[in-house]
Amino acid sequence: MAKHRTATPPLTAKRSRAAAQTAPPAQVSAKEPARGDGWRRRHLLDLDDFSAAELELVMESTDAMKEVLAREVPRVPTLRGTTIVTLFYEASTRTRASFELAGKVLGADVINVSASGSSIEKGESLIDSVRTIQAIGADLLVLRHGASGAPYLAAREANMRIVNAGDGWHAHPTQALLDAYTIRSRLGDIRGLKIVIVGDISHSRVARSNLWALTTLGAEVVVCGPPTLLPAGLDGGGDANESDLPPVRVEHDLDRAIEGADVVMALRLQQERQQSGLLPSLREYSRLYQVNGERMARAKPSAIVLHPGPMNEGVEISAEVAGGTRSLIEEQVANGVAVRMAVLFLLLQGGKAK
Amino acid sequence: MPKLLIRNGRILDPGRDVDLVGDVLIADGRVAAVGPNLTADGAETIDASGLVVCPGFVDLHCHLRDPGFEYKETIATGTQAAARGGFTTVCCMPNTQPVIDTRATVEYVLRVAAAEAAVRVLPIGAVSQGRDGHQLAELAELAEAGCVAFSDDGAPVADGALLRRALEYARISGLTVIDHCEDPDISARGVMHEGWVSTRLGLRGQPASAEETFVARDIALAAQLDAPVHIAHVSTREAIALIRTAKERGLPVTAEVTPHHLTMTHETVAFSTNGDAASASSAEPRTETLRYDTSAKVNPPLRTPADVAACVEALRTGVIDAIATDHAPHADYEKACEFDVAAFGISGLETAFGLCMTLVQAGGLDLPTLIERLTAGPVRALGLERSVPQLGSLAEGAPGDVVVLDPEAEWTVEPERFASKGKSTPLAGRTLRGRVVATVVGGSVV
Repeated sequence: MAKHRTATPPLTAKRSRAAAQTAPPAQVSAKEPARGDGWRRRHLLDLDDFSAAELELVMESTDAMKEVLAREVPRVPTLRGTTIVTLFYEASTRTRASFELAGKVLGADVINVSASGSSIEKGESLIDSVRTIQAIGADLLVLRHGASGAPYLAAREANMRIVNAGDGWHAHPTQALLDAYTIRSRLGDIRGLKIVIVGDISHSRVARSNLWALTTLGAEVVVCGPPTLLPAGLDGGGDANESDLPPVRVEHDLDRAIEGADVVMALRLQQERQQSGLLPSLREYSRLYQVNGERMARAKPSAIVLHPGPMNEGVEISAEVAGGTRSLIEEQVANGVAVRMAVLFLLLQGGKAK
Repeated sequence: MPKLLIRNGRILDPGRDVDLVGDVLIADGRVAAVGPNLTADGAETIDASGLVVCPGFVDLHCHLRDPGFEYKETIATGTQAAARGGFTTVCCMPNTQPVIDTRATVEYVLRVAAAEAAVRVLPIGAVSQGRDGHQLAELAELAEAGCVAFSDDGAPVADGALLRRALEYARISGLTVIDHCEDPDISARGVMHEGWVSTRLGLRGQPASAEETFVARDIALAAQLDAPVHIAHVSTREAIALIRTAKERGLPVTAEVTPHHLTMTHETVAFSTNGDAASASSAEPRTETLRYDTSAKVNPPLRTPADVAACVEALRTGVIDAIATDHAPHADYEKACEFDVAAFGISGLETAFGLCMTLVQAGGLDLPTLIERLTAGPVRALGLERSVPQLGSLAEGAPGDVVVLDPEAEWTVEPERFASKGKSTPLAGRTLRGRVVATVVGGSVV
């Protein structure tokens, strides 16, 4: 595909994915939380500009947090005296609960603010809400919002740390971190693994963040779904440069995509996709794209199944696979707490000398 | 009225193939003479040595927001912005509150303009009552009241049957229908161009085909009815190909393009080069790389580099007749929010010339052609000389509307100093080369 760089007029925005940083991998003691040497980020907004070393750093810190969680009294004072606010404009069970627990295990004060039952219902703007939370004295804001990019707006307007807990269709970095961690803890090094992500990629922040994280870690990623649920440009072509989107392979035939896979990740299918005309029927969707036992037989014998939840059993995943031995879905949830502990720790303490 | 003598400039009047160094004399509000070594007793003089003197720019497409949205812009502030930008005539779109769909509203606009406007205001009337796309507005009366064209801009005329009737009915007045081409089913509330950037940002995209299908439809209607259609703010390569073919066949189709669609791509939404000193100077890595820049949220959206290149080429060759700003001012708070809910629009009058000069500097366009597309081109596209004889030229007897330009002067875009109430532009902080030195309307510097 011809590139149009030369035709680019002088005022075209410069585009360069921030060069992958070279954070040295941290030396992590099994006994204490990682010190987070090499961590330099103020916010966790997306994984699109993370280097492999940074992703490794988070996962190594997560190992240490798992050890804390395994203690008889899983509490440490690491973040004592810091205040974390979770601000959720969308419903959430697991993400919010795991952030809250992660903060509390580390000794932080955690305040939960919901969009309903707050001044947001009275029409307060996002910027005002963020400033108010900062004025209260929060050190870190965990933000979930239905609009893509909302955490970027918050990060520009506030001095406190911002963690993106899911923004629109854009990113859900802690979910991708916990997915990568779960894969790594079961299968070891992610480099070279064949990972198939199945379903509604277009509307999935989980998929987008996973594409960045998993390709950066060296996986061979295949996305599979009906063309109506795959976003523009993902299959190459057009005016994108190589580094503008994660390097993935697009496949519409799940049987073929899943052949020899190490990891199969099924995405939640929102029922409204059918109502908005993107699918003829759930019946046809599940016939073509359901992750079921028959299809999993084509994957490697060691292959595992992930799902970010909440699941529609019988639609994107069969009950048999969801509850089967290859399913790591509950482990994902458990790892979510440790990953979020690592993220909170790194953002609030990372890079500081002890 | 005192005379005004603009001396020793490079006079560019591309509509009449004039390109000479000399003087322009304006008397009694009209161009009295153009030529070397003119003299006039008691005339106020402007020394235009080293500068370019040309007819005042004509903007076919701006939003003055008055009546109804005076918090965004008024006829006074919008026309002051126009004057700063070198525009001496602006056509204002009818998406006001109330909509410009009755004689009373047209008269309101003209009355306020007569009292407060810095430049000439030519109102565009709505195609449909309330711009709701159902019932034709009283187009004949709107024309009688002073409208120079019809449009439901902001929205397309989505109902093809209504557009057909509008094109037929507009024959009574001989005016052109301007269509904002966007198939609402295909664009599906997209907030930016559908492409890799929308994929990267997780934003709802509107594909180029949403524009192109309606351009094709409009051309088919224009051909069948032999009725003039003007395509507003063309932005895609395929739309241009359709318009080129239509023009080659001699169909009554004209088109305009905005300065931003000539110079910026969809990448601007994600990766602005605006000097954000705070983050740029930080030693920390830029994790906030993505901008979600609401100042680049505009409809039609900024498109791909290939589309931009096609727009420039079409402007150069005349497939596109005119540069129109689509100046769309909004209050700050309507932009300082999530991208999804931010208002569409760029405050464009004051940056149009400097921004378009980047095309000249890059070699894509020569200066006379650029000036033509800002003067004679727009006048011809809508037949505005029927409303204002000799508009957009420096012919003897033409309106004394002149702009003096310094193509080499550099300046920095500082939105807080705009005359417009709308401060939102992706150019904030950008240095442009080429500025308006003086704007003359009816013989008076404004």
